[in-house]
Amino acid sequence: MQSFWDWFRALHDASGINLTIFYDAFDRHRFASGVLMTLELSAISIVASVLIGIVGAWLQGSRMRLTRQVVYWYIQFFRNTPPLVQIYFFYFGIGSLLATTGIHGHPVPIVTNVQWAIVSLSFFAGAFNVEIFRSGIEAVPGTTIEAAESLGFSRLRTYLLIVFPLAFRISLPALNNNLVNLVKTTTLAYAIAVPEMLYVSSQIWSDNLNVPVMMNVLLVAYFVMVGALVWAMHRWERAIRVPGFGT
Amino acid sequence: MRARGRWHASLAAQTDLPVLLPSAAGIARDARATRTRGHFTLKLRAAHGFALLLLLAAGCGIAEAQAGPGDPSIFATLWKWTPLLLRGFMFNLAISVMAMAGGTAAGMLLGFAQSSLLRPVRSGAWVVTQFFRNAPWLVLLFYCMFLLPFQVNVFGVTIQIPDWIKATFGLALPVMANVSEVLRGAVQSIPTGQWESAASLAFTRRQTMWRIILPQCIKRMLPPWMNLYAILTMSTVLTSIVGVAEVMTLTGRVLSAENRPGLLLAFYSYVLILFFLYCFPIARWTVRLEARYAVDR
Repeated sequence: MQSFWDWFRALHDASGINLTIFYDAFDRHRFASGVLMTLELSAISIVASVLIGIVGAWLQGSRMRLTRQVVYWYIQFFRNTPPLVQIYFFYFGIGSLLATTGIHGHPVPIVTNVQWAIVSLSFFAGAFNVEIFRSGIEAVPGTTIEAAESLGFSRLRTYLLIVFPLAFRISLPALNNNLVNLVKTTTLAYAIAVPEMLYVSSQIWSDNLNVPVMMNVLLVAYFVMVGALVWAMHRWERAIRVPGFGT
Repeated sequence: MRARGRWHASLAAQTDLPVLLPSAAGIARDARATRTRGHFTLKLRAAHGFALLLLLAAGCGIAEAQAGPGDPSIFATLWKWTPLLLRGFMFNLAISVMAMAGGTAAGMLLGFAQSSLLRPVRSGAWVVTQFFRNAPWLVLLFYCMFLLPFQVNVFGVTIQIPDWIKATFGLALPVMANVSEVLRGAVQSIPTGQWESAASLAFTRRQTMWRIILPQCIKRMLPPWMNLYAILTMSTVLTSIVGVAEVMTLTGRVLSAENRPGLLLAFYSYVLILFFLYCFPIARWTVRLEARYAVDR
């Protein structure tokens, strides 16, 4: 393995392409932690936003007017403001109102910047997911539900086994668009100093003055990451599509 | 398991079961459109403007409540800084117009290349488009900010390149990729029969493209293009991260100059209202154009 890393040092000596993220152990760990942080931000936000979407879609079908109104304004707020403003709003607006804990007079916030980034990204993508799931559920005809009832399915089993699987397949293309957008939006966490890929890259190029090389590494890394997600999601879409529906 | 898979496949080939409401087809169509555009549709309503006004009112109330004995009123403070903020906002608009113009011109070329008959040109343009579509806007912005030179020598004359020009380049790249994909989608959406009938009337490929296909494409491209412009305008605040003195940066500086914590909400909601006033007519017009052109669905 060491000889593999040393090859990059030789590459630097020979061609001037300074890939410190391979031959320098410190930079390697730093960059790897940045990649992991981006993956972590993406993964947790994807799961949380899908959960928000499911719960929100359920609440929007509620009989209480107030609940519906709250969900409506939640969607309107997060859909129509720039995500950067939302991150600032959570981190500086709400974060500064919360108490801090700390030992020896060094204040430590209760919610860290990483957690605020996850919260705001999840709410941002979740607002879109609510609309997506809701329209998917609405597209399942009432006759299907009646047919399930006449076969003796309970309400919960009708929802879990019949309505949701259909609604999910209908919503999946729109959901994928949104999740890809979410992964791209994780870069905004840079603005509140979350050590994700963009942030550690800027640290690395400040230390080693290899801006062009790191920039290209970064661009390729994001391209590969988003490209892999797009590819996997499209395969999944094709695999579970409703027979006879769509093209 | 295997048999079940085969059953699915054979069913998919022949069935046309009405298991879903017509709205399901609409959802699939919207998802396809969003995929082509690369971003969501902005749906602004007048109610959003009222909500922002309420937010501004709340911000003013907080500022008044927290004002010290000698402080001027919040309205006087907002009024005092309005010329500066408007100048910053004009800067945002200038960046957005220039990025849109450059991005559209480059994107049209790339889109035509994507519809080329030559395979290398077509796949090369496809790779470039996908590359810039899948890269986050902020990363492209960083890329241009750091890699473009800050001055160039043309025949011994040194020309300084200000940072906002570089930021404009950075924003034009994703616009280019999105316009390219929108153009490709529009060209593909024209029925092939039109190409064939044009060929039978002895139109050359270039004539067919310019006189028959493109005029129809422009109609289809206009709503997504305007929506992209509204989103681009909102994205110009990203340039504040890389240090361009646009409205967000100026607001931050104003707040630190005033040094009164209560002003935060009032000033930021004021900036949001500026953006709303600009984007709202565009978003409404987009929706109306879309409804008008949606006949052939």
